[in-house]
Amino acid sequence: MRVLRVLGIGWLLHFKIISRSPFAMGVGVTWPIVNATIAYFMYRAGGHPQTLLYASLGSAVAGIWSMAAIDVTGAIQRQRWWGTLELLVGAPVPFALILLPMAIAIASAGIYALATTLVWGRLVYGIPLPLEHPLAFVVAVAVTIASLGVLGFALSMVLMRFRTAGWIGNSLEYPVWIVSGLLFPIAVLPAWSHPISWALAPTWGMRALLHSALGGHPWREVGLCAGLAVVYAALGVALLERFLDAARERATLSLT
Amino acid sequence: MIVAARIFVVGGLTSFRALFYWLTPWIYVPTMLVAPIFQILLFAYIGRSAGLESDEFYLIGNALQYAAVPCLFAMAQMVGGERYQNTLSAILVSPAPRIPLFFGRSLPVLLNGAFVAAFSLLVGALVLGVHLPASSLAPLGVVVLIAAFSCTGLGLINAAASLRIRENAVLSNVIFGFLLIFTGANVPLDALPSWMSTAAQGMPFTHAIKAARQLAAGANLGDVHRLLGAELLVGAIYGVAGYALLRWFEVQSRRYATLERS
Repeated sequence: MRVLRVLGIGWLLHFKIISRSPFAMGVGVTWPIVNATIAYFMYRAGGHPQTLLYASLGSAVAGIWSMAAIDVTGAIQRQRWWGTLELLVGAPVPFALILLPMAIAIASAGIYALATTLVWGRLVYGIPLPLEHPLAFVVAVAVTIASLGVLGFALSMVLMRFRTAGWIGNSLEYPVWIVSGLLFPIAVLPAWSHPISWALAPTWGMRALLHSALGGHPWREVGLCAGLAVVYAALGVALLERFLDAARERATLSLT
Repeated sequence: MIVAARIFVVGGLTSFRALFYWLTPWIYVPTMLVAPIFQILLFAYIGRSAGLESDEFYLIGNALQYAAVPCLFAMAQMVGGERYQNTLSAILVSPAPRIPLFFGRSLPVLLNGAFVAAFSLLVGALVLGVHLPASSLAPLGVVVLIAAFSCTGLGLINAAASLRIRENAVLSNVIFGFLLIFTGANVPLDALPSWMSTAAQGMPFTHAIKAARQLAAGANLGDVHRLLGAELLVGAIYGVAGYALLRWFEVQSRRYATLERS
């Protein structure tokens, strides 16, 4: 019960913080619209108007990933700046239970990107959102956001020893958009990259959203997305334990 | 004259080294050298999927357009960074002539923008297997410099805006997005609504990208001189407007005591 309370309150607190960040909101809402607009014009000019919903949903998922890649990877460095990192690490609650809701809350701000992109696509370009499986769509949105947040958490553990983690995370925006096939089908990518695509939650989250909107069998993709989130979480927690041990031994938590 | 030259060269270089946070390799390499290659790949693959244009089209468009990242962000940092480090008022209270002060800070930005675009063009060509004729490389270098000049002019306006708004990183991102949509980097201008392609004529990169595509197709510098002239004119207009705005906002910030508003 206490774990659930920590997770819930942590999520709510950080969702409120990120929702009031002019940078996160400004960039997070602008970029999906930019991507959706470019993809709309490219697919329309190329004579593929049926892919417009694909581009619209893909831009939204890309926006969620941007939040995770930039803000989650920079989350620990932000705690360093604010001087709260040592307090959080020293708290009786396991540090992973503090970081996980933080990461998911930041990715949750991607809900603004999703809403903005879909409304923009509907009002400006007349792109309909059919929603063949409404319940599956709602679940797919929640699972996609959570899994991308947890992927950001695992990534932030890999980058934890770098002061410039947020910047390195920033440069991972485009690669994940490409490999996950958010704006084009992964079939056009070289075959050697497909296993990388399958290991990334955005690939399955995108498919789950598409199948729940256009029809198909979204629950398998939702399950794969959730399963990958569990794997990322386990990996991230294991790395976090190692990092904390090393930081305590060498007194390098603050990296100053 | 010597003082002005010193402010222009030494002041500009010192400011760039102090305020351009991307100069550490851990930020510069992923942000300035790796990210543009992936931007090129992203749009090349969307283009393949849409069946719209060749890889060369997206390579040239995105390599040149990516110069906007160093040009826009670094120019905004010129004001925002000084404010953050509490040196903005010391700079603006100094009797230093403003033209070398502001334009000197633009020169390293321009050169860095040109380097990033040229690097992206060459590495992107290798990755995508696009053949750029050897005879086009030197003229393309000229185009890249002119494109960076043009965007640095817009960057001066961005810097001026930073005297009035706190979130200059958001503004830089929004301008970058506009340039990505409007300038023909990814969508041919004739595939855009007419008002957008008309607006694009007054934006940095539009003419430079068109000139670069013609050069890669075998044209020479003489064939594209009108496009390059138009790009230079656009950059000069933005540069003059940016300088005028900087001076105006400087006076306003003194009058209303808003210089250090952060």
